[in-house]
Amino acid sequence: MADRIGLPINPSEITPESVYLRRRTLLKGLALMPSLLAGCSDAVEPPAEAAAGDELPGTKLIFTHNSTFSSREVQTSSKDATHYNNYYEFGTDKADPAQNSSGFKPKPWSVEIAGKAGITGTFTLEDILKGHALEERIYRLRCVEAWSMVIPWVGIPLAAVLKRFQPASSARHVSFTTVARREQMPGLGYPVLDWPYREGLRIDEAMHPLTLLAVGIYGRELPAQNGAPLRLVVPWKYGYKSIKSIVRIEFVEQQPETSWNQSAPDEYGYYSNVNPAVSHPRWSQGSERRIAGDGFNLFGNRLQTLPFNGYADQVASLYAGMDLVRNH
Amino acid sequence: MARSFDRIAATKPVVFLLALVPMGWLAWKVSQNALGPDPVAQLEHNTGIWALRFLLATLAITPARKLTGWNALIRFRRMLGLFAFFYASVHLAVYLIVDLGGFWSQILVEIAKKPFVTVGFLAWLLMIPLAITSTRGMMRRLGRNWQRLHRLVYASGLFAALHFLWQVKYGETIAAIEPVIYAGIFAALMLARVPHRLIKRRTGTPAGSAPANTTRSQ
Ligand code: HEM
Repeated sequence: MADRIGLPINPSEITPESVYLRRRTLLKGLALMPSLLAGCSDAVEPPAEAAAGDELPGTKLIFTHNSTFSSREVQTSSKDATHYNNYYEFGTDKADPAQNSSGFKPKPWSVEIAGKAGITGTFTLEDILKGHALEERIYRLRCVEAWSMVIPWVGIPLAAVLKRFQPASSARHVSFTTVARREQMPGLGYPVLDWPYREGLRIDEAMHPLTLLAVGIYGRELPAQNGAPLRLVVPWKYGYKSIKSIVRIEFVEQQPETSWNQSAPDEYGYYSNVNPAVSHPRWSQGSERRIAGDGFNLFGNRLQTLPFNGYADQVASLYAGMDLVRNH
Repeated sequence: MARSFDRIAATKPVVFLLALVPMGWLAWKVSQNALGPDPVAQLEHNTGIWALRFLLATLAITPARKLTGWNALIRFRRMLGLFAFFYASVHLAVYLIVDLGGFWSQILVEIAKKPFVTVGFLAWLLMIPLAITSTRGMMRRLGRNWQRLHRLVYASGLFAALHFLWQVKYGETIAAIEPVIYAGIFAALMLARVPHRLIKRRTGTPAGSAPANTTRSQ
């Protein structure tokens, strides 16, 4: 697609119907594009044909494409991104979430906001999203299992939402909780983790402009298996930090307990920043297998893993002076 | 006796072709791009699991002979063992060439630092001398030492079972079921050998076929 219209970069190759619109946005965005996203520039050769996504069942969303915050690498197909992922509440195999999540009801949805903030209580999803414009960002997603994807998310910066609840200055961290509906989420029947799933971010991480509160993927509402209806996307951290199907957000003073960290503290740190220098007992983190494009190519899928998943320019300053091996 | 020998000889090509079915199936899947979003992982899983299955099948020959009294089974052992080595080598090649590719030197770090890779590598390494000495000529040349050398297969089996077990993520009870079953089969096959030795030691070689002879006669 890209070479046919002579674009120097690889435009988003998402659902076919949006490609045209997207291209126009991108052309506009090009002029403004700062070389902000170091590490995204080593764009992989774009395929001749756009990696057309299958139609996802969710409603189409209205959003603007944020090219400043978007990778230009070859994208993962919508089929792969929605049929090969980890969501243990639906089973531990990567095919399980798509298979076992059809009974999940993301509507109606409400989120409890608690802790050290001016405004707390339970809010409907509509209330939480009200007044925010949706934007699309194409982020790299790096799983701790040493595979990665490039996924277009639709959402709003988490900071914009959190600020509305007026976090107190004593709120040093934000704790998130995933829904736990035993009857709709068969994986909860197994004590793989201490359910419900919990994650946490330091307040400055939560407020960072890259941190996205996502409601969509490939231009449509999130399917259940990808964390409907509301999830985090924190692109410089391993995938499990991007908690799905959020029902509770609490502003806390102390570093909160997080599920993976609780289960194996040596293996899964609280920060869990993508770091090729910190090896996991099972997966070397120096490189990763990229799942993108049409997947027909067996060879050449391995890429160097970059510190902070290639977002070091934007986020490294958050950790200035910290020992990132000890605080992994 | 002679007739059963013929039958075995005739069965061998069939077993040989059957043993290639998983490989053919994988090749077909690759050609159809039907291995899912992460085909490399599927190739690793399938070649790994077949290497382990053939290794266990090899280890099952002796207990099966004892159980059924069908001594001619031993004539399939070398082929099964070599197929274990074949699938393990394809497995390693997939990992090294297809998966790591330009990052191949990472395997050195993995072998040194990842316990599950360390034991997988040991399992494969131990198969090399066994494969090399699997010929009739080598058997004759090594004499008694051949059997001693080939006891390395027990260590290889142990390491292969551990290799599978240690891949399980913390707390993944479901994912642990399969490796635990394979480790259990390995343990059972080893246990099946213990009384045999004890009996042999007490009563001398049982009448009929002496194991050493049968091994050499294949
Ligand atoms: C140098 C030697 C070896 C290396 C580097 C190696 C490496 C690997 C890797 C990278 C995986 C995939 C792990 C994952 O998916 O995260 C794997 C899986 C596996 N390997 Fe190996 N391996 C080696 C030797 C062996 C041998 C000798 C056997 C058996 C005889 C074996 C049996 C298996 C099995 C059963 C699996 C799991 C398959 C599954 O997930 O269903 N491997 N190995």
